[in-house]
Amino acid sequence: MVRALLVGSLLLALAAGPARAQIDITGEWAGKYHEDFDDRVPGDVQGDFTGVPLNDSARRFAEAWDVTRVNMLEHQCQPYNVAHIFRGPMQFRIWTEKDPATQSVISYREYLGTYQQFRTIWMDARPHPPDYVPHTNMGFSTGEWHGDILTVSTTHIKKEFYRRSGIPSSDMTTLVEHYIRHGNLLSHVMIITDPVYLTEPWVTSEEFVLMERGNQNWLYNCEYVMEVPMNKNTVAYYLPGANPFIQDYAKKFGLPFEAVFGGAPTLYPEYRSKLEQLMNRR
Amino acid sequence: MTRRAAQPPSSRPGAPAGRRVRGALAVASLGAALGFASVGAAPGVAFAQSGSPFDGTRPDRVSFSASDKDARAGMDRAERTVDGVEIYHVQGNVYLLVGSGANVAVQIGGDGVLVVDTGSAAKRAAVLAAIRKLSTGPIRWIVNTSADADHTGGNETVSQAGMTVNGNPAAIIAHENVLTRMTDANRPITELPLNTFFEAGRDFHFNGEAVFLYHVAAAHSDGDVFVYFRGSDVLVAGDLFTTTQYPVIGKGGGVDGFVAGLNQMLDIAVPKYLQEGGTYVIPGHGRVCDEADLLDYRDMVVIVRDRIRNLAAQGMTLQQVLAAKPALDYDPRYGNDRGAWTSAMFVEAIYRDAGKATSGKQRLPAR
Repeated sequence: MVRALLVGSLLLALAAGPARAQIDITGEWAGKYHEDFDDRVPGDVQGDFTGVPLNDSARRFAEAWDVTRVNMLEHQCQPYNVAHIFRGPMQFRIWTEKDPATQSVISYREYLGTYQQFRTIWMDARPHPPDYVPHTNMGFSTGEWHGDILTVSTTHIKKEFYRRSGIPSSDMTTLVEHYIRHGNLLSHVMIITDPVYLTEPWVTSEEFVLMERGNQNWLYNCEYVMEVPMNKNTVAYYLPGANPFIQDYAKKFGLPFEAVFGGAPTLYPEYRSKLEQLMNRR
Repeated sequence: MTRRAAQPPSSRPGAPAGRRVRGALAVASLGAALGFASVGAAPGVAFAQSGSPFDGTRPDRVSFSASDKDARAGMDRAERTVDGVEIYHVQGNVYLLVGSGANVAVQIGGDGVLVVDTGSAAKRAAVLAAIRKLSTGPIRWIVNTSADADHTGGNETVSQAGMTVNGNPAAIIAHENVLTRMTDANRPITELPLNTFFEAGRDFHFNGEAVFLYHVAAAHSDGDVFVYFRGSDVLVAGDLFTTTQYPVIGKGGGVDGFVAGLNQMLDIAVPKYLQEGGTYVIPGHGRVCDEADLLDYRDMVVIVRDRIRNLAAQGMTLQQVLAAKPALDYDPRYGNDRGAWTSAMFVEAIYRDAGKATSGKQRLPAR
């Protein structure tokens, strides 16, 4: 009888799906800001458009951007979208949802401390939703393992900004992320594609450290209130050529505005000689 | 239009009891497949308010879209599709029919069916079939948000398939200017909204919630209406708001009307959490939205309008204004070089409007 039970248990164990030996990315992760500190922690200076392959439409949007627009009631509680949120001060938690029977991972869940955002990365090969469903700040994500790299694809993302200086992101943005763990470090790579505002995919990377004692819980209880008496339907913007802050960053760091506002060509090493020429001409 | 209290289908004269029960079962089974709780076993009663993409515990709220829910309940896209028209549960009692020309909204419940716009004539049979997949209850009301053929093409088919409480085909409600436009277009009388109003709004109670019709003067046309389902918390915008193109400014319309209408909808819409969810907005064309999407569109219309007016006030010709690309930042998202409504037509409509605005006295846009 006992032998029969043992054999039965063994057969059951063999019948269950093979255990995947993927690296564990669950846990509490906190941002490490040795990379792009100025951009990610204190936040950008007005007029900082460096490092982003923005197109002419994005430039026009940025020229019109008046930062007081975020003072409007309906804009006040707008969080960063998923293509932006990893670029700010950031700590997050990852955990899994598993199928009770097979113990296979149905989804990775993330709690993103910035703006108290929750996110699901589906691992069960489900399709992305059709075009007509609502977009959300965190979008709809599916993931798959490539060796020890978790690759996540996200669609249905809300319109927001890539940078608070007014570089817009559209609701047609899609995001591919790679999660790569090295010991207690997690490299997070983002490849952002936006046919509306970018001329080519924009690649960024961030590092996170595993927190053995957990993260602080950042709460974001945003309530929108009229902070300055104004017509609540006034849209803050600058007419073309009237933005007094557009060259703030270029002036602060002594850079040619052309280089700051140059988009994709300025991202590559070949641009150094061009920048040198521009600097020498001044 | 005389306001009447709608009767539940169980009191509808001549409705066979067996058919009602079968209808209720069909509705209940679709509801179950979509993952919603049924209100009860009463014939014709549909779904309880639930099923928002953001319902449930907080982790679920952000990450589950309604399509996830459908997938969880085993309802695949093919099952929700009737001859190319897809059914999507927006929130509460309200559903969206996609692929029917303009978007069609369907509100269902114990009182029967209310339909906002009926799509294009080519899709009228599919629209009716999709409605019938949602509910076999009586189609009581149809609301037209404008006179456009892609919003009213199924009027006759849907109306004739329905029945008011006094036995007539389902009543078609619209602003009276819609009736004027459709009459001018020689549309058959069976397609016409004969239940018209001229005041700023109408309201009535149907399927357990207040339904508001708001007229917006001189926006997309001179007869625009948007609908608000207060219990379901869903706005149906008609062509006052689309996600696919710039505002289409037609006969009797104007850009200021668009801004006024969008502001009015913004006043009604309330997000659930950090500018997300809460009130859902069904645009005339395109995807389901919420306040944040509506807000971005309003901002766009105001900014582009003001730029064009500023250029016009400087004495620029239309060609000069077009060459200045006043909507460059939004063209990749909403612009069209071809089709019935191009970016150039949008700019020209505002430019002509600016001429009217500045004639007599100079009126520059207020910041």
